[in-house]
Amino acid sequence: MSKKIAKVGLFVALAMIFSYIEAIIPWDFGIPGVKLGVANIVVVVALYQLNIPETAGISFVRIFLMGLLFGNVMSLAYSFSGGALSLIGMIVCKRLKLSVIGVSIVGAVLHNVGQLSTAAFILQSTAITYYFPVLLVSGLVTGFLIGILSYRVNKSLDKFSQNNNDR
Amino acid sequence: MKMNKRDFIAIAVVVILSAAGFLFLNIGHAQGSEVVITLGGSEYGIYPLADDKVIEIKSDVGLNTVVIENGSVYMKDADCPDRYCVKQGKVKVSGDSVICLPHKLVVEVKSQNGENTIDAVAK
Repeated sequence: MSKKIAKVGLFVALAMIFSYIEAIIPWDFGIPGVKLGVANIVVVVALYQLNIPETAGISFVRIFLMGLLFGNVMSLAYSFSGGALSLIGMIVCKRLKLSVIGVSIVGAVLHNVGQLSTAAFILQSTAITYYFPVLLVSGLVTGFLIGILSYRVNKSLDKFSQNNNDR
Repeated sequence: MKMNKRDFIAIAVVVILSAAGFLFLNIGHAQGSEVVITLGGSEYGIYPLADDKVIEIKSDVGLNTVVIENGSVYMKDADCPDRYCVKQGKVKVSGDSVICLPHKLVVEVKSQNGENTIDAVAK
């Protein structure tokens, strides 16, 4: 049990530092709202290394803590809806036997869809739907990149646990 | 790195959806004729795109300055934290909009003649 808590804590800490690094580096892709979503590596890897409740815990604890530390109620609402939709989509796609890359792409795309839907709801306007195709394509690209990274991390972790069966 | 057939199906679905969305949102849009400003979901005002005008929108969350100039509209200034609305630049085609998310402000270009297809569906 304590081992499990330590492991989940480690993942949460890693996800938080990834979010933080991403926030302090002034990425500018020329399109507002588009970001790499580095913290999603942790969630994707957790999905393969841990079980579903643990992964969901990591994702939501990270979102809640980052919102508490650096965000506000609004940013928390965006993150939660994006995170929840993304997680559900990734769980389903993993069950459907997509590869890590496919799972990551679906996660990134749904993250954007969730946030955009929340924005439309908050604005009480459908004007923002013009942004939908842009965010679909950006999710495809960022999801692909995060998927490649997650694949490599998973491979290394699998090798590591094979060599250290007792850990 | 192994990607399987299901991955490509997922990618294809995303590509088709975005292409369809892009086409749907860009068909039948002409030069706009008026600017509709919505604040927090309720209509703030309608202004003709042909008349140059500076509109200051003050709400309990902040201040936005919308400028209509030479048939296009843009957000000149805003005191929101991200200032994405200012970076969005000038818009003039019907269906286009400038959005300030933190202030819940939507500045939308519409054309008077002919229904805006997006809104006709969404409303």
